[in-house]
This record gives sequence, C-alpha cells and structure tokens, in this order.
Amino acid sequence: MNMEKLIISPAPHIHGGDSVSKNMTGVIIALVPALLVGLYFFGLGALIVTLTAVVSCVAFEYIIQRYILKTETSILDGSAALTGLLLAMNLPSNLPLWIIIIGSLVAIGIGKMTYGGLGNNPFNPALVGRVFLLISFPVQMTSWPLPVPMNGSYLDAETGATALAMMKSHFGDLPSTLDLFLGKMGGSIGEVSALALLAGLIYLLAKKIISWHIPVSILVTVFIFTGILNLVNPELYASPVLHLLSGGLMLGAIFMATDYVTSPMNPRGMLVYGVGIGLITVVIRVFGAYPEGVSFAILIMNAFTPLINTYIKPKRFGEKAK
Amino acid sequence: MGGIHPKENKFSAGKKIIVAELPKQVVIPLSHYIGTPSEAVVKKGDLVKAGQLIGKANGFISANVHASVSGKVSKVDVQLDATGYRRPAVFIDVEGDEWLEGIDCCSELIRECTLSTEEIKKRIQDAGIVGLGGATFPAHVKLSPPPGKKADCLIINAVECESYLTNDHALMLEKGEEIMVGIGITMKVLDVKKAYIGIENNKPDAIDHLGKLAKNYPGVEIVPLKVRYPQGGEKQLIDAIIRRQVPSGRIPIEVGAVVQNVGTIFAIYEAVQKNKPMVERVITVTGKSAPNPGNYWVRVGTMLAEVAEVSGGVPADTGKIVGGGPMMGRSFMTLDIPTAKGSAGILYIKREEALRKPIKNCIRCTKCVTVCPMGLEPFLLMNQSERNMWPEMEANRTMDCIECGSCSYTCPSNRPLLDYIRFGKTTVGGIIRNRVTVKK
Repeated sequence: MNMEKLIISPAPHIHGGDSVSKNMTGVIIALVPALLVGLYFFGLGALIVTLTAVVSCVAFEYIIQRYILKTETSILDGSAALTGLLLAMNLPSNLPLWIIIIGSLVAIGIGKMTYGGLGNNPFNPALVGRVFLLISFPVQMTSWPLPVPMNGSYLDAETGATALAMMKSHFGDLPSTLDLFLGKMGGSIGEVSALALLAGLIYLLAKKIISWHIPVSILVTVFIFTGILNLVNPELYASPVLHLLSGGLMLGAIFMATDYVTSPMNPRGMLVYGVGIGLITVVIRVFGAYPEGVSFAILIMNAFTPLINTYIKPKRFGEKAK
Repeated sequence: MGGIHPKENKFSAGKKIIVAELPKQVVIPLSHYIGTPSEAVVKKGDLVKAGQLIGKANGFISANVHASVSGKVSKVDVQLDATGYRRPAVFIDVEGDEWLEGIDCCSELIRECTLSTEEIKKRIQDAGIVGLGGATFPAHVKLSPPPGKKADCLIINAVECESYLTNDHALMLEKGEEIMVGIGITMKVLDVKKAYIGIENNKPDAIDHLGKLAKNYPGVEIVPLKVRYPQGGEKQLIDAIIRRQVPSGRIPIEVGAVVQNVGTIFAIYEAVQKNKPMVERVITVTGKSAPNPGNYWVRVGTMLAEVAEVSGGVPADTGKIVGGGPMMGRSFMTLDIPTAKGSAGILYIKREEALRKPIKNCIRCTKCVTVCPMGLEPFLLMNQSERNMWPEMEANRTMDCIECGSCSYTCPSNRPLLDYIRFGKTTVGGIIRNRVTVKK
C-alpha cells in the first residue's frame, strides 16, 4: 500500500451515483408511453417529426459547442435529445421538415445555448421553440391530423379541429371522455393520451426524478377554476374534466412545467408556480384569443421563477409554524 | 425532513469486539477537536500507570487526559493528529499493564449508585469524558445546564446513521446492561424521569436486546427509527424522537432535551461505577476490501497504523483512508497518527470510489434542497460562497448547516456543495464573532 498516493479531500467521501444523464434518461423513459400512443394514432408522420426534432436538436447542440463556443460537447448527457423529444411531443404530426428544423434551432440555439447551455436557460427550450413556431407558422402549427390508428400518411394527413377549439367556438361533436382519456383525438403528437402521460408521471414520481408539487398544483388549479366557471354557466364553459383531458395540459403539467432548470427550487415555490400556470392557462383558454394556453402560461411563470426563488424559501428547520 | 439513505455496508455488524493487543508505544493527544487543550502534568522520564492523569483540563470547556497504558513517558512533544495539525501529545513507552489503584478493571456489573449528583458530575469531569458522537464536546458541560434551564428528558443517540460504522452497535450488544445503568446515572444527574434511546431499525438485535433490559429500568424507552442519514445529528434526533425543533443558533437544552451518545453513556458508567477514566474505546475497522472488518477495543493513543495491522493491514486497492464514517469522517494523509477519544473508525475507500467525478453545471434539480435536513438551499449557498457574498450567505442561514454532506452526496452534477458552504461558514462565522467583539 503506497501511502503517498492517498487521496485527501473533505467529507463526504462517497457519492450517491446520481448523474445528469440518469435524470434525462429517466424523463425520456417516462415519455415512452405517450410517444407510443402518438405513434399509434398519428403513424408515420409522428415518427418522422420525432426523429427530425431529436436528431436536429442534438446536431445543433453539437455544432454550436464544437464550432462556435469551442467547448467540450455535452450531447451525451441526454438533455439535447430530451429537448428534441419534448419539442416533437408539442408539434402536430404533419409539420414539414424544414419547420421542425427551424424550431429545433430556436430551441437549442436561442432557448438554451445563448444563455450558457444546460442549467442557465431561464425559459424551457422546447417551449421557446414551439411558441416561436406557433407565432411564425400559425397555419401549419394549428392544422391537427385526425387520429387514424397506424396510418402511413405524413404531410397529406386528414386534419380537423381539436377538442379545445370546438369548446371555444361551440361547434362540432366533442370526443367522448373515454376517447379523450385514452388519446383518440386530434392534437400534438405527445399530448393526446392522458392515460399514457399519467403513467409517465407515476414513473417520474417513483424514481424521484420530480416531486408531485408542480403537476398536482397545476391540475388542481385548472380543475377548480374551470369547475367554478362551469357551475356559473354550464352552457358557456366546458366541464373541468374536459379541460383536464384536452389540449396540452397533461403534457405541460407533467413534462414541460417540471423542467428542472426553469422551475422553482423548493416545494412552496413550486406550488405558487403551479397555481400560476393553472390560472394563466384557464384565462387564455377561456378568455384569450388562442384555444390553448399551457405553453404561454409555463413560459410566463418561467419568467417569475427567479422572483419566486428570491422571496419563497424552503421551510427552515426550527422555523415556528405560522 | 430531508436526508438520504446511502448503502449501509455494515460489514462488521454483529461481530464481537476484539481486544486489541497492547502497543509498544502510545501517543496521547492533549487536545481534542473541541475545547481548550489540556496541560501536561507529566514530563520526560516519569513513570505512569494506566488511568493516571497526564493532562489537566484547562478551564471548564476542556477535558482531563489520562494515560491509557502503564510505562515511561519518553517525551512531551507535538504530534500530527487526526485533525491534520501538529499538536501537543504525551509519548509513553509501554511497560506491562499496571492500573492506578482504585480503578476497577473487572467486568462485573455494578448496578447500585449511591453517589450524590455533585459527586457523579465530579467523577465524570475527572474522568475526562467527551462526547463520542463526533464533536468530542466535554460531557460534563452538557450535564450542567446553564442557570434557569432544565431538561425534561435525556435522549440517547444510538442511531449510528453513518454507513459502515458498527462500534455503537457492537457496544450495545455486549454492554447493554452497563449502558442501562449509565442511563440511570445520567438521568439522576439531570434530574429527569424520562430517557429515550433512539436506534435505527437496521439494528433489530440491539433494539430487541435493549428493549428487554429496559423493562427493568423505569422511564427508559427504546425508540426504533426509520433508517435515514443524518438522523444522528443532535437536532435531527430530538425532532425525530420528541418532535421538538431546536431553533436556529440555539442548543438542545432550550427545548428541554440533553443528548448523549451511547458510547459516552458507557464511559459515564465506567467512570462513575468503576472509577475508570476514558482511556479506551471501540473502533470499527472496515471497508469494501478490508480483509477483516471488525470492532476493536483500542487504548487511546494507539497509532492508527497498529490498529490497521491488528485487523489485517491496509487493502492494496485503497485510495483513501477515512477516520470515522464516509459522510462526515476526515481523510488521512498517513496512518502514523494516534487514535483519540473521538476516533470511531478506520474506513478504507477503494481508489475508483475515492476519485471525484468531473463537476458539471447545476441543473437546478432541487435535490440538494430536498435532502437538506436543515431546510437550506445548498445550491444557492455554494453560488454565494463562490462569489464571496458573505452577508447573503448569512441571511440564507448558512450557519445552520450541520455539514452532513447530504447535498454533495446527492448532486447529479457532482458539485462540491459542502466544500464551498464550509468555506463560507468559516468566513461568515468569523464576521459574526468580530461583530460580537466590536459590540462589547
């Protein structure tokens, strides 16, 4: 035993073995059920969109780090692939390739790398990409393919209105609650099946990748707020169950709002953030110009996160209960 | 609140305590981690007996030091000790094993204690007993609450929440009855009617054994606890057992509790009933590739190298040697340092496990906040420490940090959170002390 080569460092002397890539991989695994439902209902188009988004996000991160920033590449930590996957989950399955590639560039280039890469971005990169596309290409971004199991169409897929658009304009036959729950409706690739997304949530909670605070506070707020509106005037305002199951709410609450980097750093702050997202979502859905408002609500609350972190502190040990 | 659950790796659990052979020389440190160093009362050439006073306590927050062996004082000099500093120590060449008169070395149990509270306290103070939970704070100080403060219960820390270590566990299995008597004596000193022994439920044999004994000792209750690090932290244990949280900057007596480690309780028994000062203790020698993980009775002042030898030597793949547990122990640069009263273990960590992984950006995953047992924000404190933001660190209660290391342990980006927080604490602590001095 060579004593001269002993390592000297302060405690702790062991590490739990958690890593950035383990967490990113965990979220990707949690997205698999929703992805499979998307592939089932939107077929070939969903596959093309997802692959394009993932590959171009990873490629842009690599190119920017290698040739512009000239730093070590971090694509192996899985965060770029996850951003691509989350972006694809938020896109319709008939979106042309070039639009997806622009979206990926905005997500990684503007949403993430300009701020200094993973950990430094104030806004959720995938949502930055998505909202950029929504504002720039409103027609392509809101023509939703209808769910046709195992279909082989991509750009030529038959389209129709989403449940939220029907609720907003009061026309058309809403899908049944069961169809909404299982995911048989028009919409973005990853948002349709509440069942699959909830399975992902259970996995994330079981693996302790996220805590319950953000998703539960968002869903409960939306349920209560839309429930009150529905009680006041059921003719005008849809039922809270429809609100919970339609649009991007489940996807947003479980996977987008819980993004580590852009959400608050303690349970109390997370509850405030979640309630804020829920309220803004309902306000946009019910009173705003867009039928859906989850993406905007999350980005707006992302902007409040530093403020929340400054003023809302964790419960200190020994603090008197108020 | 918070906490982690590292792999327990208690390889030496359930092993009998082996009495280590007497060394040829001992080097007895005159100072312990906390408190003023004691003053040497022997000089070169003096013959001493085991149990004889060799270092006199210097003030109230200081502890006596006794010879752990009989022999001749070869010198009084500085010696590199577990803290990494060269500090005064007494070197004794061992000759035979002769104990001072009046010290009862037989293992016969003595239940009856007829001494008065003051006499008991004096014996504890004379015996140089320090807390064996880690901080080695003189025990008699904790047993003398400040005027106007009164404890209503005694809490025995038998949690041993650090992985690998089993010395308290072994002591409970072999010296259960003595511990019960020690608890009774301590309760008498504090004038309390209730004592709780907190044991994590990964030690069912100890819970069972002490539980049976407790039936004959009224007021003593065993509290099995869920395994969770750092439950053995004083404030955490009080919260877990009697649901009272010691406020920031305060001490346990302010919520009516006094906490003593189970090893300290055994030492109190020996001091009061056997008149035996604190000159030996149980040390766990362990590690994933340790040839012979076990628990050893070791005289204070035995060089760690000899303790390692007794247990089969240092494994070849060792990259780091830690004194104490893996979460809060100190890494040693050599084994040529003496065991102190507070040495709980020698832990060999394999080279590949000892190397830290590259630091990545903070991904703001909140895991450090979730595991912090004090409700702090380690990620924020590290950022502020890096930027020398001392007032901000103080406002975010950095001085509450108990340095348990749960944040660094859990960080997926391998950030050295505690290193930076500790650095900040040192500076902020200095600022606070200066402020107090200026006010005076």
